[in-house]
Amino acid sequence: MSKKIKFGVVAFPGSNCDEDCVYVLRDVIGCEVKKIWHKEPSVGDVDAVCLPGGFSYGDYLRTGAIARFSPVMKDVVRFANAGKPVIGICNGFQILLESGLLPGAMLRNRSLLFECRTVSLKVENTATVFTKKYSQGQVIRVPIAHGEGNYFAEPDTIKRLEDNRQVLVRYVDEKGAATDAANPNGSLKNIAGICNEKRNVFGLMPHPERASEKALGGTDGQNMFLSIVESLS
Amino acid sequence: MTQVQESPISPDVISKLGLTPGEYDRIKGVLKREPNINELGVFSVMYSEHCSYKNSRNVLKLFPKHGQRVLIGAGEENAGVIDIGDGWCVSFKIESHNHPSAIEPFQGAATGVGGILRDIFTMGARPVLVMNSLRFGSLDKPQNRHLMKGVVAGISHYGNCIGVPTIGGEVYFDECYEGNPLVNALALGIMRTKDIARGKATGVGNPVFYLGAATGRDGIGGASFASKEISEDSYKDRPAVQVGDPFMEKLLLEAVLELLQTDAVVGIQDMGAAGLTCSTCETASRGNSGIEIDVALVPQRETGMTPYEILLSESQERMLVIVKKGKEHVAKDIFEKWDLHAAEIGFVTDTGQMVVKENGKVVVDAPAKQLAEDAPLYIREEKRPAYLDALKPIRVSDLPPTGDLNAALLKILDSPTVASKEWIYHQYDHMVGTATVQLPGSDASVIRIKGTEKRIAMSVDCNATYCYLDPYEGGKIAVAESARNIVCSGATPLSVTDNLNFGNPMKPEVFWTFRKSIEGIRDACLKFDTPVSGGNVSFYNESPKGAIDPTPTIGIMGLLEGRDPVPSAFQKEGDVIILLGTTREELGGTEFLKVIHKLKDGIPPRLDLDEAAAFNKTLLEATAAGLVRSAHDLSEGGFAAALAECAMSDDRFRFGAAVTVKADGLSNEALFFGESQSRAILSCDPAKLAALEAVIKKHGLPHQVIGKVGGDKVKINDKIDVPVQVLRETWGNAIRRRMSA
Repeated sequence: MSKKIKFGVVAFPGSNCDEDCVYVLRDVIGCEVKKIWHKEPSVGDVDAVCLPGGFSYGDYLRTGAIARFSPVMKDVVRFANAGKPVIGICNGFQILLESGLLPGAMLRNRSLLFECRTVSLKVENTATVFTKKYSQGQVIRVPIAHGEGNYFAEPDTIKRLEDNRQVLVRYVDEKGAATDAANPNGSLKNIAGICNEKRNVFGLMPHPERASEKALGGTDGQNMFLSIVESLS
Repeated sequence: MTQVQESPISPDVISKLGLTPGEYDRIKGVLKREPNINELGVFSVMYSEHCSYKNSRNVLKLFPKHGQRVLIGAGEENAGVIDIGDGWCVSFKIESHNHPSAIEPFQGAATGVGGILRDIFTMGARPVLVMNSLRFGSLDKPQNRHLMKGVVAGISHYGNCIGVPTIGGEVYFDECYEGNPLVNALALGIMRTKDIARGKATGVGNPVFYLGAATGRDGIGGASFASKEISEDSYKDRPAVQVGDPFMEKLLLEAVLELLQTDAVVGIQDMGAAGLTCSTCETASRGNSGIEIDVALVPQRETGMTPYEILLSESQERMLVIVKKGKEHVAKDIFEKWDLHAAEIGFVTDTGQMVVKENGKVVVDAPAKQLAEDAPLYIREEKRPAYLDALKPIRVSDLPPTGDLNAALLKILDSPTVASKEWIYHQYDHMVGTATVQLPGSDASVIRIKGTEKRIAMSVDCNATYCYLDPYEGGKIAVAESARNIVCSGATPLSVTDNLNFGNPMKPEVFWTFRKSIEGIRDACLKFDTPVSGGNVSFYNESPKGAIDPTPTIGIMGLLEGRDPVPSAFQKEGDVIILLGTTREELGGTEFLKVIHKLKDGIPPRLDLDEAAAFNKTLLEATAAGLVRSAHDLSEGGFAAALAECAMSDDRFRFGAAVTVKADGLSNEALFFGESQSRAILSCDPAKLAALEAVIKKHGLPHQVIGKVGGDKVKINDKIDVPVQVLRETWGNAIRRRMSA
């Protein structure tokens, strides 16, 4: 790597995984990190943008619905449309849906309960900047923590996502089967994360930053960040 | 409440505010005149048990409160502060929200979490963990399921949103909590020692800022409501329950911590119980100063609020900040960054008086120090309850036959008190912060402090059945068990916070159990060198059926440096299993007796403090030397339940175990399900067994090498033989099954 990759981590009022993402990107995988306050007009000179988890604006109205109007979001959309990598985790995924960068919407978990636990995911497509360091079909263990992660979209949208191989991670059992029992929230087709058609915007409900260190029980999530670094290097 | 404030002061009004005629005379003495209705309201909340500890202070004096590591002791500030070395310290405390949760479980529990978090971040510490201790009646009744569902959802809502991990706790079920559930919330924060903030108002002329949510009519008289019994009419007190907004609190938290990094703040205090009243008179009292505010300047979310309502409101997410004169712009910039509403409502004086005006007209003028610190102090009558005289040791020969021991074990694992609490903690974000290095489900939960080698272990515990049967032993055991949890994780216990939940202190029997429990806690804390650095007293926990069992919940904070925590569950096939400690014929007060024989009776286990101290030393030395792969303390359900938990409680793998344990004249019931104290199941690498046995012998506790980890069944002495899968399904689904009924 000739120059350090620079990530921008956007903090909205109510974000609460922003510092966790900063920690992994800066202290664990050694990137440069710029924390971007939501009132800033531009993301600045970063190479990739991360929208972290949390409860932006208290999740009032609808998850992510108010954050998309934050001043910085206009520039995040510009950044994404320019083909630069944007990853949205949990609430960050919800904000990407609300801002139209990704299709679909989130419903409440079918249990109607918040679910925080480690689940198994299958990496469905490794031909993206977010997943290139995984092997095709690899089953990884990554925690979830959400009350509204039940992914929903119109049947033709789902078909398009599947046909274009935009579903990057799916909830599966330990053996890699996308069973109903392995679906923690009721998402259609066990969808845990999707990318846009250009494959530079990725949203997922699980938290890769919580599975990037041995001390936390596993490092399966780290390759999502390392894939971005490798792609940009 | 509106009726009270509009009526002239009469004996009826005085009594409605929870004041006695003697207390009214005391107020007249302090003011040297008759109080007006606002002043009476202010005194009534400051004289409530919740704020003044008037019935308990005399007994709380028994606690050891000092120690080398205690930087701020119990009662000095919003929360105690403990030194953990290298310029770091922690602030932690537990507090009850029992009555609000009984009436409005979701908001009651949510605001309990919000309140304890504010206590921590006003000390300048960043909250890094929340835990809780919950008690409900039987889950077989829909009203108790309703309460638990609401309480868990409330804690989950608040903690998850604000982004502080709820890393575990304890939950017990007993009929005595029917109608009066217990909801105790604990929070812990970390900070650099140089950053400790104080709740004092000093510097004449320094401006007083009100920060955060606007004041409404919610929670008026909450402190007084908490200081009386719950009755059939308590639903009328629903307006005394506050409504929480964790998003607002997240903004407050960030703004306050940012503000405290500047040099603009003189003192800060949250508006918790008794709201604006308590925060103004306490900050002035601690600063040996006076304070003057105008309620007309207080942001209000409802129109037509009277000074009385504004002073007594317990609206949530509000802070009082005393700013250095000339630095107002520094504070205002930060408030603006976080889109927080702030208002300058007054200033510090040198009169020693708490003066409240409404548009310039004086509505309260009372001496701050006497208001904050000179509440009446009572010595309550005590009487040993008669039921204690009838208790005898439980002999198996007096009980009906237990029958199949496999079935008995499964029944005990299906008891919600013993069963897995994952239905609860899966609703809590216990991983946010990426610091939780030992997840809920082990004896102690552990978080790391990033950038250091330090880890904090935390445990809360209390077996109230023991306290009911013997409050002194029960108090001792609450401390000892919590400490056992900490040392099993490899951490050194440093300090205690306690939540003393009892019935009506005017009942001599209740007060006797209160004192005895505290004596037990004192003796254990002295033995373990774990001073009490804070806590909370919650009296009047009575439903129409009577008082709850004495429930002195103990939270212990421990420190672990440079090592990974030790989990409770077995980690590797082929490891050797050891039973540490002495098993006695002790079945009184056990879960076995409750679940299998429907009895809450007998003499509960005895705790020998020397044995407990030797246990702690053994675990600390063995874990420090890396000799132990897993350690799980024995508690409710005894040896058999603990062995089953070692086999199945780690989500990543399941191990069986085949063991033979010597009986030495004990009944099978006592051997498998008795709850003798100071015991644990350890597992270790066979290559390290000799070294581990040497450490155990050095400290003098007996032990047995009982078998090996492996297989897919739990087998004990050819008497118990159950597949791990069956144990796991029973234990794992016991609460979920009942909650989806």
